[in-house]
Amino acid sequence: MENFLNQLLSGLATGGLYASIALALVMIYQATHHVNFAQGELAMFSTFLAWTLMQAGFSYWAAFLLTLVLSFIAGGVIERIIIRPIEDKPVLTVVVVFVGLLFILNSVAGWIYGYDIKSFPSPFPPSAWYANRYMSAHEVGMITVTLALLILVFAFFRFTPLGLAMRAVAQNPLSSQLVGIRTGWILALGWGLASVIGAVAGMMAAPIVYLDPNMMGGILLYAFAAALLGGLTSPLGAVIGGFVVGVLENLAGAYVVGTEIKLSVALVIIVGVLLLRPSGLFGRTVVTRV
Amino acid sequence: MKGFIIACAIVALTGLAVGRADAAGKYDPGASDTEIKLGTTWAFSGPVSSTSPVERQMAGYFAMINDQGGVNGRKINFVALDDGYQPPKTVEQTRRLVEQDKVLLMYGQIGTPTNVAVRPYLNGKKVPQLFVTTGSYSLIDPKKYPWTMGFQSSYAAESRVIARYILTEKPNAKIGILYQDDDFGTDHLNPFLEALGDKAKTMVVAKVSYAVTDPTVTSQILSLKAAGADTLYLMAQSRAAAQAVSAARDQGGENLLLFIPYVATAKSVIGPVGDEKLKGLMSTDSTKDPTNPAWANDPAVKDYLAWVNKYVPEQDRESDRASPLGYVSAQAMVEVLKRAGNDLTRENILKVATSLHNVELPLLLPGITLNTSADNYFPIHTLQLKRYDGTRWQLVGKPIEG
Amino acid sequence: MSRSQINTAGFALLAVLLLALPFVLSSYHTFQATMVIVYAIALLGLNLLIGYNGQISLGHGAFFAIGAYVTAILVTKLGMPYWMTIPIAGALCLVVGFLFGLPALRLEGLYLALPTFALAVATPQLLNYHGVAPVTGGVQGIMFDKPDSPLLPLDQDQWLYFFCLAVAIPLYIVGWNLLRARTGRAIVAIRDHAMAAGAMGIDNAFYKTATFGVSAMYAGIAGALSAIITQFVAPDSFPIFLSLSFLVGIVVGGVASIPGAAVGAVFIEFVPNVASEISDAAPWAVYGVVLIAAMYLMPEGVAGLCRNLGNRLETRRPAARPAPAPRRVTG
Repeated sequence: MENFLNQLLSGLATGGLYASIALALVMIYQATHHVNFAQGELAMFSTFLAWTLMQAGFSYWAAFLLTLVLSFIAGGVIERIIIRPIEDKPVLTVVVVFVGLLFILNSVAGWIYGYDIKSFPSPFPPSAWYANRYMSAHEVGMITVTLALLILVFAFFRFTPLGLAMRAVAQNPLSSQLVGIRTGWILALGWGLASVIGAVAGMMAAPIVYLDPNMMGGILLYAFAAALLGGLTSPLGAVIGGFVVGVLENLAGAYVVGTEIKLSVALVIIVGVLLLRPSGLFGRTVVTRV
Repeated sequence: MKGFIIACAIVALTGLAVGRADAAGKYDPGASDTEIKLGTTWAFSGPVSSTSPVERQMAGYFAMINDQGGVNGRKINFVALDDGYQPPKTVEQTRRLVEQDKVLLMYGQIGTPTNVAVRPYLNGKKVPQLFVTTGSYSLIDPKKYPWTMGFQSSYAAESRVIARYILTEKPNAKIGILYQDDDFGTDHLNPFLEALGDKAKTMVVAKVSYAVTDPTVTSQILSLKAAGADTLYLMAQSRAAAQAVSAARDQGGENLLLFIPYVATAKSVIGPVGDEKLKGLMSTDSTKDPTNPAWANDPAVKDYLAWVNKYVPEQDRESDRASPLGYVSAQAMVEVLKRAGNDLTRENILKVATSLHNVELPLLLPGITLNTSADNYFPIHTLQLKRYDGTRWQLVGKPIEG
Repeated sequence: MSRSQINTAGFALLAVLLLALPFVLSSYHTFQATMVIVYAIALLGLNLLIGYNGQISLGHGAFFAIGAYVTAILVTKLGMPYWMTIPIAGALCLVVGFLFGLPALRLEGLYLALPTFALAVATPQLLNYHGVAPVTGGVQGIMFDKPDSPLLPLDQDQWLYFFCLAVAIPLYIVGWNLLRARTGRAIVAIRDHAMAAGAMGIDNAFYKTATFGVSAMYAGIAGALSAIITQFVAPDSFPIFLSLSFLVGIVVGGVASIPGAAVGAVFIEFVPNVASEISDAAPWAVYGVVLIAAMYLMPEGVAGLCRNLGNRLETRRPAARPAPAPRRVTG
């Protein structure tokens, strides 16, 4: 029982990692109807940026905030400069550009920073009151941050005019333009926000998985699964999906098939769920007008 | 008459020229009076790219030798190609090095599946596959693949040494094992279990694996803890090793005895875990630790540090200086080439490499020398245990045969 | 010169080039050319699925791996001659692909991408699994001897080149014929407007799963050939990166284009090498830049570029472009 609880809670902790990247994926999807395969690498790069700032002497929170600002700008710039020329091209063309971006970011990070792992500080002191024998302070803090992000994103899309405009642009760019929405800037904004979410996710992940250019590879796969499981149109789904994937992975490994093929088992289960609910657990079903 | 004399002269001169070529040396492709061409493939990109400092050390050492006049007057031309740790790419790049760049031999290639992929090709073409950078013992098979040779101690030897240590020092240990789910893991796991013999059944309480793509290994550590282990052998490397040590300390406290493989002990690999958690960690070693003040006056270490400053200054950080694997391996290669003298045929080089007796390299620990023979293709199989005391690694006990 | 005359001349030139290549190139380059042929087969299969049928797969590396392992296991464990394993590998992948296509019917677009991605990630893990290791060789993989050339004047590499070419050409012809006929039109109709196609009497379910199966078969045959060429299979030889490369290959070559598949194969075999030459510190960054540049300059791939150029040179003739995806409106 003890071990089960341990595995469960540790699964929630890693699930928090997946959830935050899944949230970034959903953000970009909501804004642009594209899944950004380079999301993980962007998050990794932002985390390196924060690390560089801290090496240069900035305090954790100063570096944190500065990184968020820079990531926001970078996301918007990438959208305007790199994605804009191919916005209206076939979706596969866009996917290849994302793949190219992924390679570039990973390779440049490796070139600048090397491939050794680096430690990254956690803002949650190890002896905080909320630390307990099942979860470290950082793990509790990370889950809290993820949930906070979720609430912010949800509120943004649901209650702000800007969020509404973003959803409109994603669904029907032409009509949105006719109504007067500056679609170009909205798309850039979407990317900027997603980059910010990714940066937070990266800075939450690094204390646990250690910082190196390849840190996001494994996480992105699970995050992708989580986003799809929850439904690409639902931020809540992404977060719940993340936690489910994290726990499933741990339990499958500890109790069902052993650690060798737990990834496969977890993915099979997710696919099974998708077959029952093809748009994900919380996604809205898409109806095509003939 | 004149024609006859001219003909004789031509024959004589030709004879002299040919004779001179003979006197200069016997060469296979890649070797000449002025140059020895070595080839390697390395994972410059991809998940194992954290090992690239080792290749830079090799290149740096050859650069130093060249600056000092080369090996028997010949400069070493070291060509390294990226294979991204993908076996089909290794095959392609190796073929290119052998068939297009015409190297004399393949040296120090990294990885296990990568080396396995090119083993039949190189053995078929009788090109030496020397001093591969991996401890895999299943890779090395002197009977079937006589041209493929290891260098660093095999993972098997290391496991056996650790097993022997545990049997003598902590015979009632309850051992939990975490192993990477590939060659690296099984090459540690199976010899370890074998070396424990009958006691394996009672001593080993749990074995769990992890995949290199797993973001964390906390779940696995939890399983080992639940099984009641008080001694953990973490057969992991790179990030997983760091995470495993960190999680193990979090879960098991400071009384948990932890072992990690030698290849995971570089500061660049486990440094981020933090000295607090690393205290008490144990592993093995075959070389002197250049960052340990105990060796500060050792001439070999002084030479090494001077070399680092000049040839691989980007490694002038505590983390990388502590791991002289590339340097020592390249030293061994140069020693073999030196001993081959002017007979730089592939056959002779293999012969030299497989008949090393008590060859001392300055950075090897006292009591450890290179030894090879027709059925022993691992030059190093004696290791010494070391323990991290909170600041640095300290040697423990005496060298043990693996 | 009329178009068909240009075509014939082009084909003749291509044929001469293909036949002459292994005698002009070194052994090593012949080996590379053979890999290109193998990739071309896999890419044609993938293109069938993605370009012509509008489904998606990020996991064809898995079928490639299955084909390769089938060959390796049959050759080493059953002593079967290597050429006999090819149709078996193809048939097995046809079945597996078809079976995979069945549940895939329920999923669209990105939601289909995930299971295929999962397949690609899971396959190396499953091959590694100690439970099946006695058959698959586990993490060590399987290796076998290089086939000797039965035709005396050809050496091993040249023989393998022609062997692969002999497999590739019929597959290309079959694919081309398939797409020209009713089946092809049905497949494309499903891509352009599945609902309308269904309304017109096309059995969407059958064609979609059949296309999955056939495309998997092509990938499996390619995998089998690749095993024969490198004489080695291991789980590490089929990373997710392979599946991504296939995707990149068909997009760069030109989606919904048969010659595009071949062009894409050349791209994914050689451009990474070229990128390494340009920069050995960050070769993948160069590769990424090349990819992005290629997409800017030729968003419809090389084949698309050629089509556009061809149209400009000719008088107006309707271009055979894939129709844009139907508009989606949420309910």
